[in-house]
Amino acid sequence: MTSQTLIGQEVKRVEDAALITGRGQYVDDLQLPGLLHISLVRSPYGHALIKEIDVSDAANADGVTAVFTGADLQDQLGSLPAGWVLENMAQPEHPPLAYEKVRYVGDAVAAVVADSPAAAIDAAALVEVDYEPLESVVDAEKATADDAPQLHEDTPSNKAFEWQVGAGDYAEAAANAEVVVKERIVNQRLIPNPMETRGIMADYNGGTEQLTIWTSTQIPHLVRLLFSLVTGHPEHKVRVVAPDVGGGFGCKLYLYAEEVICGIIAKQLERPVKWIESRSENYIATTHGRDHIADAEICGTRDGVITGLKIHVYANLGAYLSTFAPAIPTILFGLMLNGCYKFENLDCSVTGVMTNTTPVDAYRGAGRPEATYVVERMMDRYCHEIGRDVIAVRRRNFLRPFKRGSTVAVGVTYDSGNYQGALGKALEMFDYQGFRDEQRAARAKGRLIGVGFSTYIEICGMAPSAVAGSLGAGAGLWESSTVRVHPTGTVTVFTGTSPHGQGHETTLSQITASRLGIPMTNIEVVHGDTERHQFGTGTFGSRSLAVGGQALMMSLSKVVEKAKKIAAHEMGVDAKQVVFEDGVFYVEDIREREMPWGDVALSAYWAKNLPPGLEPGLEAVSFFDPDNFTWPFGTHIALVEIDEATGETSLLRYIAVDDVGNVINPMIVDGMVHGGIAQGVGQALKEGAVYSDDGQLLTGSMMDYAVPTAEDFPTFETARTVTPTPVNDLGAKGAGETGTIAASPAVVNAAVDALKHLGVRHLNMPLSSEKMWRTIKEAKAARRAERSANARRGK
Amino acid sequence: MTTGTTDPFAYHAPTSVEEASRQLSRYRQDAKLLAGGHSLVPMMKLRLASPQAIIDLRNIDSLRGIVESDDGITIGAMTTYYELESSDLVNRRAQAVAEAASQVADVQVRNWGTIGGSLAHADPAGDMPAVALALDFTFHAGAARSKRSIAPDRFFRGYLETALRPNEVLTGITCPYLPPRSGSAYLKLANKASHYAIVGVAAAVTVDANGVCSMARIGITGAGPNAVRSRRAERILVGKEPVANVIARAAKRGGAEIAGMFNDDVHASAEYREAMTQVFTERALTQAFMRAMN
Amino acid sequence: MNHQIRVTVNGVEHTAEVSPRTLLTSLLRDILSLTGTHVGCDTSSCGACTVLLNGKAAKSCTIFAVQADGAEVTTVEGLATNGDYHPIQEAFRERHGLQCGFCTPGMMITAVQILERNPSPSEAEIRSGLRGNLCRCTGYHNIVEAVKYASELSGGK
Repeated sequence: MTSQTLIGQEVKRVEDAALITGRGQYVDDLQLPGLLHISLVRSPYGHALIKEIDVSDAANADGVTAVFTGADLQDQLGSLPAGWVLENMAQPEHPPLAYEKVRYVGDAVAAVVADSPAAAIDAAALVEVDYEPLESVVDAEKATADDAPQLHEDTPSNKAFEWQVGAGDYAEAAANAEVVVKERIVNQRLIPNPMETRGIMADYNGGTEQLTIWTSTQIPHLVRLLFSLVTGHPEHKVRVVAPDVGGGFGCKLYLYAEEVICGIIAKQLERPVKWIESRSENYIATTHGRDHIADAEICGTRDGVITGLKIHVYANLGAYLSTFAPAIPTILFGLMLNGCYKFENLDCSVTGVMTNTTPVDAYRGAGRPEATYVVERMMDRYCHEIGRDVIAVRRRNFLRPFKRGSTVAVGVTYDSGNYQGALGKALEMFDYQGFRDEQRAARAKGRLIGVGFSTYIEICGMAPSAVAGSLGAGAGLWESSTVRVHPTGTVTVFTGTSPHGQGHETTLSQITASRLGIPMTNIEVVHGDTERHQFGTGTFGSRSLAVGGQALMMSLSKVVEKAKKIAAHEMGVDAKQVVFEDGVFYVEDIREREMPWGDVALSAYWAKNLPPGLEPGLEAVSFFDPDNFTWPFGTHIALVEIDEATGETSLLRYIAVDDVGNVINPMIVDGMVHGGIAQGVGQALKEGAVYSDDGQLLTGSMMDYAVPTAEDFPTFETARTVTPTPVNDLGAKGAGETGTIAASPAVVNAAVDALKHLGVRHLNMPLSSEKMWRTIKEAKAARRAERSANARRGK
Repeated sequence: MTTGTTDPFAYHAPTSVEEASRQLSRYRQDAKLLAGGHSLVPMMKLRLASPQAIIDLRNIDSLRGIVESDDGITIGAMTTYYELESSDLVNRRAQAVAEAASQVADVQVRNWGTIGGSLAHADPAGDMPAVALALDFTFHAGAARSKRSIAPDRFFRGYLETALRPNEVLTGITCPYLPPRSGSAYLKLANKASHYAIVGVAAAVTVDANGVCSMARIGITGAGPNAVRSRRAERILVGKEPVANVIARAAKRGGAEIAGMFNDDVHASAEYREAMTQVFTERALTQAFMRAMN
Repeated sequence: MNHQIRVTVNGVEHTAEVSPRTLLTSLLRDILSLTGTHVGCDTSSCGACTVLLNGKAAKSCTIFAVQADGAEVTTVEGLATNGDYHPIQEAFRERHGLQCGFCTPGMMITAVQILERNPSPSEAEIRSGLRGNLCRCTGYHNIVEAVKYASELSGGK
């Protein structure tokens, strides 16, 4: 395959050779001589005072090296910060090891260090903690009540922040509207469940003061920065490595307590230590996602023109503010609420609330699924109310197609969009009218089937540092790259992105091979090691290609420009006359004078005939900070069937048309879309964390929390439209989250559609069998009652 | 809180039932028999069970095998679900057993999980106990100096509780043949996370030459504290032609024995379990009668 | 009391001293350094630890090493022969059946078992056969495609 054609090709992944042969290197696969193992003692209470911790039995147990409590390490561990600070936001202390009070089940109170994992676990059971239980609160709305238990002294009413965004005048729009529809929409708490739990290994050299932390993270560079800020250990003496990472989905996007604990204990003991999270721990100690209670209102005309949207959200943040937690239900939620629609009046307010639950932060889509769910659910709710077709109304309210920016009421500028195009393509794949006929026939036979649409947008390419900074970000969100050309012409690409399944090694190799005209086998992509690549932001928010890919493009251009100068000098012409194509430098119009890439690379290092004033070497570093986000969009269609007798809801078909701009590797993009859909469908049909009132997680294992299996899905039908973004040269928008953002409203809209004739207007997720069974039973009873009332009136 | 490693224990792998029984006696109440281990080991890893000793039954050859005899099919306790679901004999003559086995958890668990382990563990949401009641299993128990058989009605005593004595090993079961014109079936509403039964119903029925139901047995699992026979539903069927409204009427009594005792948890309310018991009783009966008449 | 066990892993016989509570997973990963077999949960749910034990797919986190005394074990490291990929490995690569790769070893081993018992499975049979292996990246779409393709590569229809 000639390299120019690699862009847009289904190139098989270079990552796979190691991963399919068992040669992957995840944190728990790493070993060091003299390695010790850490087990953490965690609070079994949702809320309690720590009266006393007796570690003497644990400290004397077989194989135990040391036991640390929060009080022992308080001075060295610092407090974990929120990395995103909103105006007037409370910033309660978050000690990595709790020392006076525990605030959720899973809050760590002591660390046991021993010579084997089993010894550490055995000894952890011997740590005796005397707790004085306090009343817990797990529901965000209830936590704001006057008589609710207070988690933090400096966070009155448990309100971490009140955040608002708006446009136009919603109150006036509603007052003038022909139709106003209200609904309480709950977006339930989810547990991310990457297949690899978190794991950390830390090693310290007292001679060099160098601390190395291997951690299963999406953001090694930010972990280094935050670790240094929290502990005071100098940043240049900390190395953070993300080896192979077994999935993240947002929950490996923070500085975690355990990273600080392991680093400080390694330093204290001058011994390497390892902590591997068990799945049971993962359920309580790794961040959760979603958990919104939204009161929504939509208004418009009787004939289908939406004029405004109003939303108030109680966003449950859990017991402490995790790194990105304040950004998720605010910036990434509120700025999405215009969807792909024209309406001009918006009133959004968000109350961020602390509760006695595991901290809540990003989970795939992060804020954007919650927003899309509200918008797309309220859209259908409005259509049902005015008795008009869900497609016709969407079309009527769509923004017109645009290629270079469209500013919407909420104040952000979408990059490019063609919402009609994506919907049109989806309807080519699905016979909508035919389905309506089939649905009528099915109803007559007692079968309940329904179709649901989701015409979505999302904010991707998490960057513009200036914008993010003005909205509260505590760090820049640019991305960086280094392209290092070796004297033989092979290339090492260093990227600040940190993939964990997204296939960056392949995609970035494709870009590099295409630009330099060299085979992919001559390219190595390095990521996830702060020592090898000095700066980077990481992988989240579908940003790696849109931001990191462009950073790579910039470095590639720089090395090509320098190489052109060297080639021109060697060929005795002016650099302006040199053309670089398919890995060959040649003089314009004179093909016989040419130099292949490898020869120019060698010249750059041999340095015996460089242009005057040009430094030897061929290497470039670039930082890219775009001037806007990217805004992918699309149309998803779900078909469901509900078994009336049992309430079981199954997904019959799933059609996804996504527009993620230009695509480098369609195989990889499709794969991410599939995975995203599965998580969105999972939320709609199966998943949901449940807490008891006293703060116990009742769905704390894979036996109780339903992670979807292969049986839950049909074969997905995917397609794309292509509307390139003007924000970067690749024209790529980002594809990691589209499926998750679009899928849950599509599925719920389908289920409501199946039950619409029974008077059902809204269903909260997950659509468990029991919930659906009860809904149908009650809807039918209500209709019977109505009919008999009508009959009586008729008499 | 960290899990994944069991508490320490002593391990024995005796080669006879007698020896296993003696070891059970030696450790008094504090030893556990290990068959497939797919209920026990996860509990031990979460430290919900911490026996002093594990007595592994894998070396006792007499506990294996599916044997056709005059009274019925005798199945060794260490027979795996996979062996049951793939056995031609079991599929032909005790269809509900194969059907239930094929619905247990997943391929890996069915490769190692055993019928004996499931029955002796008596998980209230296990699939096999319902089938045991509907197909009228006789349970065989062995000890160091005794052997006995236990009738199906007396085996399941309560939550994780059976009629086995502390020194007894469940050695196998006999599943009697159903007469001609019989059918059996097992259907369940599975827990979406664990695949255990929210409600599982096994039915075995016989019809006479005139198409009238002469025998019906219904076993229910998942719904209450332990698996039960639903005799009130059975009584409605016997002597009647199993037409749809008769089956529906019987199904309305499905699980009447558990009234007031339906499980109520984060996965399903008691009310829903009660309703689903009736739905699955109807479905299992319909399937079983269809098979009986073919 | 520790037990001496003898286990043949990927065709190589090993003897090891293990405590009764050593899980088969731990024998493979910690003692024999075969880290391709992963641990994804503690409730026998996720299937990441699946290996073939005497030819039968098993969750190695739910079996004590002492139970494998005398047994033959195949792990992901033993799928390829003489450097040639097993058809299931070829199919996972060709059909993009993996993203983060963590569930992949267990997923492939279960797929091997499915195809061994049923060389030409239907899509529904593949999906139900994979019920005990969780993946959070792929939505299973390309895993199912990979198993179909492996079936073709192995001569199934």
